[in-house]
Amino acid sequence: MSGATEAGRTLAMGQDEAVGGGRQSVEAPFGKALARLGQSRPDIVGLTADLGKYTDILPFRDAFPDRFFNVGMAEQNLVAIAAGLARTGKVPFATTYGVFATRRAYDFVAIALAHSNLDVKIVAGLPGLTTGYGGTHQAIEDLALMRMIPGLTIIDPCDATEIEAATEAIAAHRGPVYMRLLRGSVPVVFEAGYRFEIGKARPLREGSDIGIISTGFMTERALDAADALRIQGIAAGVLHVPTIKPFDAEAVATFAAGVSHIVTAENHVVVGGLASLVVETLFDAGIAKRVTRIGLPDRYIECGAVPTLQAKYGLTTEAVIATIAALK
Amino acid sequence: MLRNSPPGSADIGALERKATQLRRHMLTMARGQGQGYIGQGLGIADVLAALYFHELRYDPHNLAWPERDRFLLSTGHYSIALWAALAEAGILPVEELITYGADNSRLEMSTLDTTPGVEMIGGSLGHGLGQGVGQALGLRIDKSEARVFVELSDGEMQEGSTWEAAMSASHFRLDGLVALVDCNGIQADGPVVLDMEPVADKWRAFGWQTSEIDGNDMKAVVGALAGARERNGKPKAIVLRTLPGKGVPRIETSEKSHFFRIDVAQWDGIIAEFDKTVGAAQ
Repeated sequence: MSGATEAGRTLAMGQDEAVGGGRQSVEAPFGKALARLGQSRPDIVGLTADLGKYTDILPFRDAFPDRFFNVGMAEQNLVAIAAGLARTGKVPFATTYGVFATRRAYDFVAIALAHSNLDVKIVAGLPGLTTGYGGTHQAIEDLALMRMIPGLTIIDPCDATEIEAATEAIAAHRGPVYMRLLRGSVPVVFEAGYRFEIGKARPLREGSDIGIISTGFMTERALDAADALRIQGIAAGVLHVPTIKPFDAEAVATFAAGVSHIVTAENHVVVGGLASLVVETLFDAGIAKRVTRIGLPDRYIECGAVPTLQAKYGLTTEAVIATIAALK
Repeated sequence: MLRNSPPGSADIGALERKATQLRRHMLTMARGQGQGYIGQGLGIADVLAALYFHELRYDPHNLAWPERDRFLLSTGHYSIALWAALAEAGILPVEELITYGADNSRLEMSTLDTTPGVEMIGGSLGHGLGQGVGQALGLRIDKSEARVFVELSDGEMQEGSTWEAAMSASHFRLDGLVALVDCNGIQADGPVVLDMEPVADKWRAFGWQTSEIDGNDMKAVVGALAGARERNGKPKAIVLRTLPGKGVPRIETSEKSHFFRIDVAQWDGIIAEFDKTVGAAQ
């Protein structure tokens, strides 16, 4: 964890909010991956709505200034312009914060993009509790909102390795995508050979006592918790589900069938996101298992330092360990 | 019709006859289901006739031609006018028009982009101009000379996204983008519920080259479109003053011209009246 944010309250706009656990990190993995892709893909264009600096897309702008447009603070227009570009054969990557891409531009994502299955990728910063800016900036319910849109693919990556792999995968995928972005200095959790595939969940740890199903940065916490619990004699398995839609129901059902108790872990409200998806999946598959949900409560979160808030609302390794230990 | 006609070449009388033919198609369509957005359609008929039979470059046999000019109907509920124009242009079969608004018809009362010749899903208002900006940017990247025409309405100017798009169009100097602003003075709750005047001044203030004309005067429409061909770094706005129901006195004077629903016998009366008026004029 970086010293500046660990020390206490800060609301600095560009702070490295996603860093944790003393791991190695990569600076701007999304922007670098997109700039690399731009070399071989002249159809890729970049867009932002006055948040280029804060959504890591500047490496793409610097490499391809003629294929980059900053539309100002206008998220409805951001999505509409992206839709128009897609109709001329371009593959736009549009960045803004998750709150603006969802709450503010929802009708445009639904009708201008998804209804026509246009090839636009929305890359959304500050997912869940990754900023101290409070309810205006914390996209705590974006997964719930976006999964209601027919045909929209939704990705919640865990780390720098997965962000790079997912950026390549969504560029190759035909159709609209919403991807959550961990920005700035992003930790490396997965080895370089880690394979990301849209729509596929990955079992990362075996364990028959407890099964943790996680998405986004909570997978990092789940893995650390599983390692710590093993020392305590608790075998916790971990299934990482980076694609929220289409949801890998088969992998979730198979994983759940092999454990006695399921814990979901997500950087999102426990309403309408991963927890809801898992419960729906188990119900459909006829699997009756207890499910304990780790995630944000159904309320707006206050301003404050990110580590303080993540600790307060249970999005830490310690909180995952404590929740699971209490189940015994 | 791969090329648009050269400026100054327009046969005004022929275009007026096309507009009359579009109106006749619309009346047939509205009679089919006994209802429709006929007021708006009749009002915009002259503009669509000028576009599809003089101004736009397109190939009815190759709708995906990359160099085609794009026409985006942002007000999806004006589809009745678009179906008439697409049929008259040879893109849709004329005999299909009668299915307008019927179950399983491709000719919806609000446009979906699954119908041939339709460039966007209209109807959620405030979507068209931004999509036009995106298409104009994409065409510029491809170094294409093709232009983008976006129809939108006076009521639609109340959607903030329209102005987001207007700002960005002049910022990006999209001189191949033409906004056709249909000011017919009606919206869902009646006469325009929020005063949008002075309309032309607003577009000028946002950096657009703006003209203001009688949208039912073919000579004026053709002239304004010719003026919008300039590539001078500015997007173009043509403010069109149109009369809802134009050409059919009984609809022109109706208070419910936003959405018109009457029985078949009354439609027959209206069509007879239209034919009589047209006959007297020609």
